[in-house]
Amino acid sequence: MATLDSKIPKGPLKDKWTNHKNKINLVNPANKRLIDVIVVGTGLAGGSAAATLAELGYNVKAFCFQDSPRRAHSIAAQGGINAAKNYQGDGDSTYRLFYDTVKGGDYRSREANVYRLAEVSTNIIDQCVAQGVPFARDYGGLLDNRSFGGVLVSRTFYAKGQTGQQLLLGAYSAMNRQIGRGKIKMYNRHEMMDVVIIDGKARGIITRNLVTGEIERHSAHAVVVGSGGYGNVFFLSTNAMGSNTSAAWKMHKRGAYFANPCYTQIHPTCIPVSGDHQSKLTLMSESLRNDGRIWVPKKIEDVEAIRAGQLKPTEIAEEDRDYYLERRYPAFGNLVPRDVASRAAKERCDAGFGVNTTGEAVYLDFASAIQRYGKEQATIKGLNTNDAALVKKLGQEVVKNKYGNLFQMYEKIVDQNPYETPMMIYPAVHYTMGGVWVDYNLMTSVPGLYAIGEANFSDHGANRLGASALMQGLADGYFVLPYTIGDYLANDIRTGPISTQTAEFEEAEKSVKERIEFFVNNNGNKSVDYFHKRLGKIMWNQVGMSRNEQGLKSAMAEIKKIREEFWKEVKVPGGANEFNEELAKAGRVADFLELGELFAKDALHRTESCGGHFREESVELDGPQKGEAKRDDDNFTYVAAWEYKGEPSDAVLHKEDLEFNDIELKQRSYK
Amino acid sequence: MNLKLKIWRQKNANDKGKMVDYNINDVSPDMSFLEMLDVLNEQLITGGDEPVAFDHDCREGICGMCSLYINGEAHGPDRGVTTCQLHMRKFKDGDTIYIEPFRAKAFPVIKDLVVDRSSFDRIQLAGGFISVNTSGNTQDANAIPINKDSADKAFDAATCIGCGACVASCKNSSAMLFVSAKVSQYALLPQGEVEAVDRVLNMVKQMDEEGFGNCTNTGACEVECPKGISLENIARMNSEFLKASLKG
Repeated sequence: MATLDSKIPKGPLKDKWTNHKNKINLVNPANKRLIDVIVVGTGLAGGSAAATLAELGYNVKAFCFQDSPRRAHSIAAQGGINAAKNYQGDGDSTYRLFYDTVKGGDYRSREANVYRLAEVSTNIIDQCVAQGVPFARDYGGLLDNRSFGGVLVSRTFYAKGQTGQQLLLGAYSAMNRQIGRGKIKMYNRHEMMDVVIIDGKARGIITRNLVTGEIERHSAHAVVVGSGGYGNVFFLSTNAMGSNTSAAWKMHKRGAYFANPCYTQIHPTCIPVSGDHQSKLTLMSESLRNDGRIWVPKKIEDVEAIRAGQLKPTEIAEEDRDYYLERRYPAFGNLVPRDVASRAAKERCDAGFGVNTTGEAVYLDFASAIQRYGKEQATIKGLNTNDAALVKKLGQEVVKNKYGNLFQMYEKIVDQNPYETPMMIYPAVHYTMGGVWVDYNLMTSVPGLYAIGEANFSDHGANRLGASALMQGLADGYFVLPYTIGDYLANDIRTGPISTQTAEFEEAEKSVKERIEFFVNNNGNKSVDYFHKRLGKIMWNQVGMSRNEQGLKSAMAEIKKIREEFWKEVKVPGGANEFNEELAKAGRVADFLELGELFAKDALHRTESCGGHFREESVELDGPQKGEAKRDDDNFTYVAAWEYKGEPSDAVLHKEDLEFNDIELKQRSYK
Repeated sequence: MNLKLKIWRQKNANDKGKMVDYNINDVSPDMSFLEMLDVLNEQLITGGDEPVAFDHDCREGICGMCSLYINGEAHGPDRGVTTCQLHMRKFKDGDTIYIEPFRAKAFPVIKDLVVDRSSFDRIQLAGGFISVNTSGNTQDANAIPINKDSADKAFDAATCIGCGACVASCKNSSAMLFVSAKVSQYALLPQGEVEAVDRVLNMVKQMDEEGFGNCTNTGACEVECPKGISLENIARMNSEFLKASLKG
């Protein structure tokens, strides 16, 4: 049976990774050629891992459900990637990045993992620049930085609002080099349907070819899964339509523990929902909070006039605006972490100050930044700084240069010009800090089965800081897994090729085929989306930004009920042996319907508030932090890792105690 | 608003395919084009029919998965957007909308509106990379300053999403804009110089082998490109190709 040993190396924090690398087993180059590794998912984590493993000499088989590895959802990450380069000379260091990340995660992440992440962060930037990733530069030709939430330095590297795209295309190009050399065999439009465990070790996967419907067996000496997060359990999220939990959930069902499923990031700056037809939500990068100021009107009558269309936000005087983040958190202002900013927006909207017809929107305003930049440019160019039209024009040019694509995206979706009127934004589900439990080597509780990137749980605690997802994905794939996996594979150099003609592959393939046959033959009358939307609504209302015991209990019961209805009434048109998107969706939603219940169960058991997990029962009642989330370090300083036992409600809890030796646990204050 | 849709239906790669008429009512102008198709598909599924297959994923204009040739234009009538960002407010009540797949010899249809663009991947693996291994010991990122203008131009070229609109818009189904964007990104950066000769020769060779046509010089690709990739890149690739041919 699997055990929960985090395998954190001994010794001082700053030496752990170096010592570990020096001591673990290696596989010699000739033997690497005898070893096969499967990588599922080709985002920043999977793509960089596949490329690096192939460079080292392993035979890699990589899988993605999209039509090309370049389309993985990492591509949509906008704002940037953190690294402790201290190019700005503003006091940044490995320790400070580590400290900010642990504090930002509300002291619910593993110290040793986070320190390692901060340590390798600088290598990532060097590697990406060498690959030809075109990061933003200043006029001296050196790399530029900006600030993100929850920190007091500028350590974020960026490529306009398309940083994820540029980094992913970098990893994709590294993969292409290896595909061309035959070291990676790439399987596009293939979905992982199950993982195969032989003698307690992960030895392969079952896939479905999404074009032909063919069910295939693939074997390897180790299986690495970088399949992303499970935000789409909410139906509406900033994730791509195809983003799903199925690979992670299949691992869970085969013995991998699932950690902290209730830690979900609700991102404060997304375009609000416009109607029932909505299929997904669009993020407006956190980088906008460098220059945008968030506010709602102070007077309720102004709110009503705005909703009735009788008043424009630009007509409201400065003194009648409530810049509530600047008011509540003077030290960090608009750059508080995401969980804090989201809750503050909800608080204002719940109090009736939401500025659109649904009452669920706040303003993100660039007028001050346009003024500031305009005056600066006019001064530089020796022009009249009192010419309002000129200043505005110059200021808009600067803003366009920084965030042009985001402003364009906003305008296309909302049909309003954000250079002239403030953006309207509202929180939306964005990222999941929880995920498959892994040890320091990124191995799950199943030997030979690894989880990397957003799919694992390890580095962000209960809340992820902006620009840290790209950092973690690439750290895992380029610089951590390729080392740690060798320690495991060193025992496999004499194993030889793994056969797919075994009872275990037979059993896994059979169960996959049975499920598919069930779906295409089920005589239901409701679409997959019908159930997914119902699940999403329950998740958002009862397991979303604010949670309580009663809501969570009723969510668990309701999700179970929807799951039962789903299996009776779902309609999947078309056949099994053809391109059939409804069939693919049905499998994914079936897994979301199980994960959702475990998610609620985890949220129910954690009666403290921490990071993105806010329990209404656990708030500060007085003092300077009144109304803020209240952590319970005495009872909850642990990772909750759930073991699958059939029904999600029967999952068994295993605790990994978190030890903090280099950081003092404190109330997380951004005031 | 109420619309008439004429949609290309094709069961699989071997099927002949045909246009089929559908009516859709109560379309909100705030819907995206793909959300309108979601509503149509929901109707089809509950009515016992097979939904229309189309490629899509991020729905925010960056993954490059969505396609569609709408009323004779790749990604439809709006400029600077992919189909997923096209909104129904660009259409009028009573409109008839023709929806077809991206058509090119090198993009065979898989089903309905879904096409196979793996030819793009094969061009990239012929040379769309810089040969640097992951080591943690590459030189410091700031060791080589890069002129801001070159860095910005490299970035502009690198924003290509690989959707294939350029190919679908071209009378010759040429992939020159797509290939030149990658060639240009590396040509403009010092890191790309070492392999510049092989890169452009290999990528162009693969492009020709995949069955993409020659450049028409009409610039339709640039007009329809959702990311505004400039024709300048094609000029740069031609110059790189000439230089490489002379050296090679």
